[in-house]
Amino acid sequence: MSRIHYAPTRTGAPLALLVPAVAAAGIALIPLVYIVVRASEAGLDGVRREIVSTRTLHLLSRSLTLAVSVTLASAVIGTSCAFLVTRTDVRGRAVLAVAFAAPLAIPTYVAAYTWLAATGVSGFRGSFLVLTTCCYPYVYLPVRAAISGLDARQQEVARSLGVGALSTLWRVTLPQLRSAIGSGSLLVALYVLSDFGAVSLMRHDVFTTSIFLSYQGSFDRTPAAILGCLLVSVTGLLVWTEARVRREGVDRSAKGAASRAPKIKLGRWSLPGWVFAGSVVGLSLGVPMVTLASWLADSPANPVSFDSLRSTVWSTIGVSMLGAVFTISLAIPVAVLVSRYRSRLARGIEAASYIGHALPGVVIALSLVFFGVRFATPIYQRLPLLIGGYGVLFLPLAVASVRSSLANAPIALDDVGRSLGVNPTAIVRRVLLPIAAPGVGAGAALAFLTCIKELPATLLLRPNGLETLATRLWTETSVADYGRAAPYAIAIVAVASVPTLLLTSLSFESMGSTRRPRRPRRRSSVW
Amino acid sequence: MRDGVGLNASSRKRALQTTSLGLALFAFAFAGAMPGVPAAAATSTTKKAVKSTTKIKTTPKPKPTVGSSASPTTITTTKITTTKPAASPSAATVVAVTSPNLSGRKLVIYSGRAERLVDPIIKQFSLETGVDVSVRYADTSQLAATLLEEGDRTKADVFFSQDAGALGALVNEKRFATLPSATLNRVDPKYRADDGTWVGVSGRARVFVYDPRQITRPPSSINDLLDPKYRGKIGYVPTNASFQSFVTAMRVSIGDDASKTWLSAFKANRPVVYASNGAVVVAANNGEIAVGLVNHYYLYERIRADGADRVFVKNEYPEKGDLGGLVNVAGVGVLKEGADNPAAAAFVNFLLSKTAQTYFAETTYEYPLVPSVARHPSLPPVQTVEGPNIDLSKLDSLRETLALLRTVGML
Repeated sequence: MSRIHYAPTRTGAPLALLVPAVAAAGIALIPLVYIVVRASEAGLDGVRREIVSTRTLHLLSRSLTLAVSVTLASAVIGTSCAFLVTRTDVRGRAVLAVAFAAPLAIPTYVAAYTWLAATGVSGFRGSFLVLTTCCYPYVYLPVRAAISGLDARQQEVARSLGVGALSTLWRVTLPQLRSAIGSGSLLVALYVLSDFGAVSLMRHDVFTTSIFLSYQGSFDRTPAAILGCLLVSVTGLLVWTEARVRREGVDRSAKGAASRAPKIKLGRWSLPGWVFAGSVVGLSLGVPMVTLASWLADSPANPVSFDSLRSTVWSTIGVSMLGAVFTISLAIPVAVLVSRYRSRLARGIEAASYIGHALPGVVIALSLVFFGVRFATPIYQRLPLLIGGYGVLFLPLAVASVRSSLANAPIALDDVGRSLGVNPTAIVRRVLLPIAAPGVGAGAALAFLTCIKELPATLLLRPNGLETLATRLWTETSVADYGRAAPYAIAIVAVASVPTLLLTSLSFESMGSTRRPRRPRRRSSVW
Repeated sequence: MRDGVGLNASSRKRALQTTSLGLALFAFAFAGAMPGVPAAAATSTTKKAVKSTTKIKTTPKPKPTVGSSASPTTITTTKITTTKPAASPSAATVVAVTSPNLSGRKLVIYSGRAERLVDPIIKQFSLETGVDVSVRYADTSQLAATLLEEGDRTKADVFFSQDAGALGALVNEKRFATLPSATLNRVDPKYRADDGTWVGVSGRARVFVYDPRQITRPPSSINDLLDPKYRGKIGYVPTNASFQSFVTAMRVSIGDDASKTWLSAFKANRPVVYASNGAVVVAANNGEIAVGLVNHYYLYERIRADGADRVFVKNEYPEKGDLGGLVNVAGVGVLKEGADNPAAAAFVNFLLSKTAQTYFAETTYEYPLVPSVARHPSLPPVQTVEGPNIDLSKLDSLRETLALLRTVGML
């Protein structure tokens, strides 16, 4: 067995790459600077008092418990779903492959509303259920792409040596998926730690609850900032752990193309397979969609004017597109840098890019208010600052996506390019970006999708009068009118399902369709 | 243009498609949205404005409602352009009383009050005065935090807050200008700041919403809630600003220790926590709980959304003087940066005008705070539902309230 190393070099990165990457990190660091400035106002003593209080530690442990359980469940469900659609002959694989990704289109606060109304489930169980059903696609998508990139020969070798099927899965296949499962799980964990919408609806007090309460109760930004710093430290620990378990590169048994594993015949296991798939889809898609549909059916005739709905749909698409383009353009230099030039600076930049996913949206928004009103007055409360906020919030999603597609491109390609006299910048443009194209597309689609669902930062940063579907939904639910809210919720899901479809089809492309002859490097793991 | 986006996109690769689609929309969104309001939203605003004129009953000759400035007012005819003039000919022209120095002026409002509730009245103000109003809607506490973060660089002229606590926080940081006494005097001193920095616009009473199918005699005092028969049957929202205001009022009137005793006993009766007042009313209506601690108007919101035949719960007001009875206000203050904008003072005056006060009384079922305007007939007189005599300006000691709620384990 030979292991192809894709280890990044330690040579200096070209300036044309370094400058935009540092700039991206600078933008991503704005919230951290803000919370440190605000937290420092309390003095060391105040900080200690806030952190050491039993309430804070108690809520932190509740947050971690929720994050660990949701992440584990998402990892198991996401990986199982990926296996089911890539490695078994379960019927309707193509439909299931899309349906498993579709919950990404449902905002967690909408899912929480519908679960509450439909079943009354709440507290830890409710939060766990809602967050798991909404977040497992973060694991499912990268794992599915990674499985399709695996070399089946190793499994054949293992089986021929008398290792059982389950044991092969456990000892040969899963370790090779570690990187994909790890990066997906990290996103799930960070999402759960920073989420407020779903847990507050589910009445499950966690760490973000105390951040919100300190804004609401004391109108004082300092305690909230201290708690934010604590959350960032926890996130830093998670990112560090994930980086340690991550192993990039792939194992191969021989030169040339990876061999593809035959589909496992489910046989009498088809029924359990279907029950599993059915319950995942039923819980994650069925409950929210049926509930929304019933609200719509229940509501008085013509609850919202079609014109206003349509104009909101278009402004949502416009703003989210801008957000996606900006996010992905920040992400590309960061991803290329961390996958190609591993240095202390590169690691620092990667860590910085995760901050936006570690803090609640309202903290990000207030940090941009703080920054914008002082140093960027001309764009304050204008579109560019909102787009900037989206960039900060969703940078990690896009970086993860581009990085994992670059991870499987042999570093030798760069060397070949360089030996042919191509300069490093041109290598990025002519060699790496084309390889990473599906990853870039997937990253942009993911950023687009999350922009559509974003609420807290949009509320505070938007230009006066700008409405997105999420802000309209917020307006309608603020007076507890489900009938009028339902059309907006359904519109969010409908609009967000377009990039979700794009995401799954981009993943399919990387799985190797039969249209084009397969080249070795096309086994890239997408997303 | 929108159709062109899809067609122009290169179909070579899906990834590239995303990018070019994005770039095309970049152009679209910038063309529309950069100057402030996106083109699409602007048209819908105009239509809404026209609609809202048909909704609000205006007095035939609205009184001029300009602040302390004694400039002569003239009647001007404002022509409203609508995309479909034929559809609503009656609404195409509106006679509005404006003052020449207000027409075309800009006014930026930060509103913590829900758009659904206040948008019509703000549109009405805009129509009557010709002021170019721009409103930023968000959660009250987050807007207060935003205003504090913005400091003297704020673009806001006026802050319309859902509760007195948030106004108090801005007073503490000396963010408000003092309102003219003519404005302040329209409202009972109880419902405005002692130093004249903000004035209440509408009152909301704390009530027990109860399910008559489960209990025949509703509680009349917060002490009744400690009865074991309500164990696990009471809904409340400890994270809600109105509930916290009630606890603050209790602290202010009976002290921290006595408040702690009541809160502990209440907690021991296993009340059920909800995420919002609206959710409490829904839960009571579904029979999940027997009593809920909410503000009085949530019941009417439910009735408006679901229809009276599907709402079974009723409001019971705490007996006069009971600690549970608190009339809190939604209020408004003018930021120092908006002090020299006459439109800001005019807006505050407008909120206290007969038109606006009647609107709040009839549409949101809140108590009008200007004595000459009648409350909604389904509400008891405000004097009978007031709790202990409380200075609403003192309701900003929320930090201590939160500490107390944490001590008893409610937060």
